[in-house]
Amino acid sequence: MTVAVVGGGPAGMAAAISAKKAGALKVVLIERAERLGGVLPQCIHSGFGLSYFGQDLTGPEFAELLGREVEAIGVEVWLQSMVTEAYPDRSLLISRAEGISLLKPDAVIFAVGARERPRGAIAIPGSRPAGIYTAGTAQYMTNIQGYEVGKRIFILGSGDIGLIMARRFTLEGAKVEAVAELMPFPGGLSRNVQQCLKDFGIPLLLSHSVIEVMGRERVEAVKVAKIENGMPVAGTEKVYEVDTLVLSVGLLPEVELLRQMGLTILPYTNSVTVNQFFETEIPHVYVVGNGAGIWDLVDHVVVSASTAGAASVANWGVERSEAFVEPCRDVRLVIPQRILLGADEPPVLWFRAGKPLSVSKVTLLRGTEVLASRGYLSLRPAEMATFPLRKEHYEKLKPGDRLTLCVSEVGSDA
Amino acid sequence: MPDCIELICIVCPVGCELRVTVQGDDIVVAGNKCPKGEQYAVHEVVSPVRFVQSTVRLLGSKTERRLPVKTDKPVPKDKVLQVAAAIRRLTCRVPVHLGEVIAENIEGLEVNVVATKTVTA
Ligand SMILES: Cc1cc2nc3c(=O)[nH]c(=O)nc-3n(C[C@H](O)[C@H](O)[C@H](O)COP(=O)(O)OP(=O)(O)OC[C@H]3O[C@@H](n4cnc5c(N)ncnc54)[C@H](O)[C@@H]3O)c2cc1C
Ligand code: SF4
Repeated sequence: MTVAVVGGGPAGMAAAISAKKAGALKVVLIERAERLGGVLPQCIHSGFGLSYFGQDLTGPEFAELLGREVEAIGVEVWLQSMVTEAYPDRSLLISRAEGISLLKPDAVIFAVGARERPRGAIAIPGSRPAGIYTAGTAQYMTNIQGYEVGKRIFILGSGDIGLIMARRFTLEGAKVEAVAELMPFPGGLSRNVQQCLKDFGIPLLLSHSVIEVMGRERVEAVKVAKIENGMPVAGTEKVYEVDTLVLSVGLLPEVELLRQMGLTILPYTNSVTVNQFFETEIPHVYVVGNGAGIWDLVDHVVVSASTAGAASVANWGVERSEAFVEPCRDVRLVIPQRILLGADEPPVLWFRAGKPLSVSKVTLLRGTEVLASRGYLSLRPAEMATFPLRKEHYEKLKPGDRLTLCVSEVGSDA
Repeated sequence: MPDCIELICIVCPVGCELRVTVQGDDIVVAGNKCPKGEQYAVHEVVSPVRFVQSTVRLLGSKTERRLPVKTDKPVPKDKVLQVAAAIRRLTCRVPVHLGEVIAENIEGLEVNVVATKTVTA
């Protein structure tokens, strides 16, 4: 049997390795760039691989080690090969140096990653001078191309990439004036707030945003204000003289190929629905990594992608019955959204809280009936949390059940 | 006046917000949900250290202009910017392998700078 994996980032590499390990005769890993790794080569900071490799690695190291596994296990790697079209019958149109080819594998795993929300997605009045970059672009310019992005920098958005870049710019000798975040809590992981901002005394302005960009040819300054109920608060405006504005406003899963296959996109993950094996509504078509929803850590990406890789060679039969899960209240997203019944192992639900919560109880409900619940010491929107379902609870699920995953704060920090 | 320092504990994902008060030799930690937080805070106040990651100029490669590098040991936190500036002045030539030492004993701190990527051509 042949498994095709589209996208050679960490998710694609992990899926390919595990498909091969699970006994797939032929695994083809299709990557449009000249090398494997996805976004990892530009993430030169550490924080990768703590659970997968048991060491704290940088992005390039993680990519290289995973790449060695891909090679050692005998995955067929096609570089500079881009899947340009995908059809509902699983066939793929691939554009390669040798020409265009059509491949119809027994299973397809999409691991195409995410793209940054474009600059236009946030409306800031003012002119459109040079010197405005998305954080990922700024990271690429700094770490891969070796350009100096700016000397005095303001960062809008406190997602992890923005925080990482605040430190990176500082180490490169630039001055980061401040980071503004519209929400009342940081978008990125606590460790990044501490080690990328606090370490260098870079202020984090919560509930603040850039309300105007000044400068004609190049950014000269940005006007920042406190935001309440979506409106700038009069008297809180402050002008920062900077030559560069960096936007760290989040990632969106790459879903073009999935859409071409006729799959529907969910509003809250911005991707398609999957079951616990990351299979879409089309049998033997899987989606993993940032293409399935934005993950926090590469280790989680790799674990989930490995699940799909192993599942891609299994035969689930044609008679499938499923239950459905939706997020509710302060849960922002849950993966999977469909639970295949009758599998050997009970599923793990991954979820993100909608706001920072201290001691909390997360409950899986069927209507008003509590099926399962677990306690958490704290939950943060920046982190993916897991809700492993116990076997006895899994066995209680019936075909067509509609479940909701809810969280409520239990209260005191005690 | 005792010094009060605010820190986020990074030992585990709970991320407790710690308040550390230093009065002479006394270090008092509050806000930690477990003893590890206290250890972390004391360490952070007495002798904080950080690994440094950056890039250096790479010569002789057809595909790469920069080589990612890191310190093989953590350096004192107050030396991070100095080490980063020293790394900015380094250059390296292909071939270079993951883990290879690019510069020894950087800034006399008994810490080496090593490559975090293999580039052979
Ligand atoms: C700036 C930044 C900093 C991060 N920092 C950390 C961190 O400190 N710690 C951590 O654990 N995680 C971190 N992450 C997260 C981690 O890097 C991502 O979760 C992970 O890279 C997602 O992997 P992926 O394989 O889904 O996507 P990607 O890495 O984006 O890979 C997708 C791949 O698919 C290829 N592709 C796309 N479309 C096609 C097509 N049609 N045909 C062929 N190939 C295609 C792309 O070229 C790319 O190589 C960071 C992410 C970013 C962006
Ligand atoms: S104090 Fe303990 S519980 Fe809190 S973040 Fe640190 S290690 Fe975790």
